[in-house]
Amino acid sequence: MSDMIQITIDGREIEAQPSQTILEAAQNKGVYIPRLCYMKGLIPHGSCRICTVMVNGRPQSACTTPVAPGQVVENNTDKLMALRKNIIEMLFVEGNHYCMYCEKSGNCELQALAYRFGIAAPKYPYLFPQRDVDASHRDVLIDRNRCILCGRCVRSSRDVDGKHVFEFVGRGPEKRVAINAEAKLSDTNLEVRDAAVEACPVGAILKKRVGYAVPVGQRMYDHEPIGSDVEAGAAK
Amino acid sequence: MANNGKPKLATTSLAGCFGCHMSILDIDDRILKLVELIEFDKSPVDDIKEFTGQCAIGLLEGGCCNEENVEILRKFRRHCDILISLGDCAIMGGIPAMRNNIPLQECYAEAYLNGPSVYNPAGQIPNDPELPLLLNRVYPCHEVVKIDYHLPGCPPPADTIWEALVALLSDKPVDLPYELVKYD
Repeated sequence: MSDMIQITIDGREIEAQPSQTILEAAQNKGVYIPRLCYMKGLIPHGSCRICTVMVNGRPQSACTTPVAPGQVVENNTDKLMALRKNIIEMLFVEGNHYCMYCEKSGNCELQALAYRFGIAAPKYPYLFPQRDVDASHRDVLIDRNRCILCGRCVRSSRDVDGKHVFEFVGRGPEKRVAINAEAKLSDTNLEVRDAAVEACPVGAILKKRVGYAVPVGQRMYDHEPIGSDVEAGAAK
Repeated sequence: MANNGKPKLATTSLAGCFGCHMSILDIDDRILKLVELIEFDKSPVDDIKEFTGQCAIGLLEGGCCNEENVEILRKFRRHCDILISLGDCAIMGGIPAMRNNIPLQECYAEAYLNGPSVYNPAGQIPNDPELPLLLNRVYPCHEVVKIDYHLPGCPPPADTIWEALVALLSDKPVDLPYELVKYD
């Protein structure tokens, strides 16, 4: 097609459609750009900054930046990898992430990114913040100890489910995901089949009574790093 | 004890559950190869209580929840060339660290006064000088002393421990495959 756009990612020529973001264009050609708050089908948020790439020498989030003719994108550089690793480590210390008993372990995108980046222990001191759990709902619970504020539940509930069950409140360290009810999650119109429940990349929003269903060794990230599926697409 | 010129290995369980030590034993018959490579020093494996000399490697299970843990950890740092945090408790406090956002008074009250199975008519909270004092919170080992390597897992798989020890004892970089570095 004549209206295709040419960009380069790490020196490799990539053909993209004008409506695509850098992340989507890369993904289509088998180049994995690590991400957390991005989710296919949702309006990009650009908040986790893990997909930060250098676009013509400037840092930009790949999930929100549209492709433009002649863009020179750097993705897999030592500097960017170090930056992403630092963000992931900060996410681990600023929440209470107890992987050893978390139902999401093995299928968690935050944990999987830490595995991919080879993080054995975060270099920052743990904060052990005070967070709360709301298990009032019949089928779903929200454990804010594990929340990384990616906003995927907020966007899914608003844009896919049309319900506005979740919203951010507060700022800085006080920021948290609130629910659209006076008191409890059980007071909202959230249902277990809502997209917002599926959207959580970590173990903050969980379905009840289905935990640990998949044995260790058969879970999503037990054998292959996150992004391997995207990179396998490059071989085609 | 005769040294035979072999490097020494010390291990300990601080605020841990001994699960990581079970994982050490889970190397199975490779433990026979291990004792060809090293000699166990202070460790629950051979029940040696005090260091007999300088050790090449110290394996630490558990974080620091009381003053005794800190003392032993510092002793390990002094007596070991390489210190390894073994498992999630040593690395991030683990299950004991779940008390970290509950005030210490409340923890004591729940354990000795208000807990559903507590029988304590005198209402005493143990306070013998023999007992190590609890710290205000549980600390990961690397927030107390310098730690050289971290092997995550709950527990770390036996293969992870084996591969790391063999690499260190043969002066090779500890470069573990993807499947051996897991947090659960």
